[in-house]
Amino acid sequence: MMDAIASRPSAAPWRAYALEARYEFLRLLRTPSFALPTLLFPNVFYLLFGVLLGGGRGGGDAARYLLATYGVFGIMGVSLFGFGVTVAMDRDQGLLTLKRALPMPPGAYLLAKTAMAMLFATAISLMLALLASTLAGVHLSPAQWGLLWLVNVAGVLPFCALGLWIGTLCTGSASPAVINLIYLPMAFLSGLWLPLAMLPDIFARLAPVWPSHHLAQIALEVVGHDAGGALGMHVAVLLAFSAVFFFLAHRRLAA
Amino acid sequence: MTSPIPPLARLQDAQKRYGKVQALAGLDLDIPAGQLLALLGPNGAGKTTAIALLLGLQQADAGRAELFGLDPRQLAARRHIGVMLQSAAVPDTLKVRELIALTRSYYPDPRSVADCVALAGLDGLMERRYGRLSGGQQRRVQFALAICGRPRLLFLDEPTTGLDIEARQGLWKAIRELVAQGCAVLLTTHYLEEAEALADRVVVIDGGRAIAQGSVAEIRAHVVQRRIRCVSSLSPDIVAAWPEVGYVAREGDRLEIVADAAEAVVRRLLAEDPALCELEVQRAGLADAFIELTRKHALPEAA
Repeated sequence: MMDAIASRPSAAPWRAYALEARYEFLRLLRTPSFALPTLLFPNVFYLLFGVLLGGGRGGGDAARYLLATYGVFGIMGVSLFGFGVTVAMDRDQGLLTLKRALPMPPGAYLLAKTAMAMLFATAISLMLALLASTLAGVHLSPAQWGLLWLVNVAGVLPFCALGLWIGTLCTGSASPAVINLIYLPMAFLSGLWLPLAMLPDIFARLAPVWPSHHLAQIALEVVGHDAGGALGMHVAVLLAFSAVFFFLAHRRLAA
Repeated sequence: MTSPIPPLARLQDAQKRYGKVQALAGLDLDIPAGQLLALLGPNGAGKTTAIALLLGLQQADAGRAELFGLDPRQLAARRHIGVMLQSAAVPDTLKVRELIALTRSYYPDPRSVADCVALAGLDGLMERRYGRLSGGQQRRVQFALAICGRPRLLFLDEPTTGLDIEARQGLWKAIRELVAQGCAVLLTTHYLEEAEALADRVVVIDGGRAIAQGSVAEIRAHVVQRRIRCVSSLSPDIVAAWPEVGYVAREGDRLEIVADAAEAVVRRLLAEDPALCELEVQRAGLADAFIELTRKHALPEAA
């Protein structure tokens, strides 16, 4: 029965999309140099700065603030490295060429990577939630936990687009360095490690330039620590940012 | 139309230029059903570009590329092809079973996994990660990925590069089996004996154009030369001066002579060296024909 349906060319692709996503996820999960840092760093940092040093055992402000911002930090890493490095390597090594020659359904390659990033984002959200609710004593309503997860999962898109664009420009060996040069300063300057109020004023005024700042503000709004900007504006900036970099990357890939 | 059955794939007057390099200068190529066509040419002749156009990876500047009568960039056209590219990496961390499952999912009517394993010789490798296989095993996996969609046309770009003789012959056997089942193949190879062993038809390209095409025998007939080998004490310098002798080399106590016609040279060899033994006469192989063809082609352009 399934075979009869699957043999119709128009019905087969859903399986290809599903497998493409599944194996993209497995492929990265089995790459320790990707999976370990991207899954561990946000959690270890949260444990260190949110729980141990932040004095956050009583569910204090630091623990709530950093729960939101380390979530953003974590999903940025997954998206930037998951797209930037793998696309650059796939281009270098000819996998992208082979996929383009094969009858892979349209968009499966990018959709699979996006799904992979969202799965990793979910894993990071769950681990942070576990640390926050147990060790740091953060109490949120079920709706807040759900929204935080939603922000993290949907928030991968602008960074996937940026990572994709970097991946179309760099070689596989250069891309991790390039991404780190963008990723870490941007995280710091967006107040993901320290609230911007603790830094010189100039950083707070510069912050709206960074997409991570806008995503962090949305996540902080969920836990009641945002700087008070309009939600619609943050969403619009992120959507525009995603569209621009996806367009740039698409043009590079088509060339 | 001269041929009643349209070819599976076709390049018509295809031209492609990369900057200053004219990779294809009006190449015509027909790949008929059920045949193995070998595309031969020196490095930079345009083989890779020809394949890239037929796979829809690149677009011709002028002329046409067709796959099953369609633009190769259309998915519907590529659903009937299998591809083994020379420089294609496969994700190291995926298992062979997973790679085959993924590639099969792209096709409407794929070959069964058991058939893929049998044809490509993957017994016992299915649960291994690709990156942990030997080079020869990886080539077999790539071959399995190329055939798993039950293609009507298979592109094999240098499929046996880096394989030992036994592995190469195993792959030749699988390729013959596929052709016997009606699958057409476009093969490029550095090993001319590979084309000689497999090809129904050979197209030699150079400078982005087809300079000769026909059966292996027809291509070989482009060179009338014979190769004569024997154990003899005659000096190569003396033999080289004989009429009809093109080239002489000595290797130990052996002489190797290339001549336009063997009979007169052999007669004279036997007359001048009564102790001569182990005489062998061979027709020039595809390799000789190939060198001759591409050299002839290169001369007028160099002048």
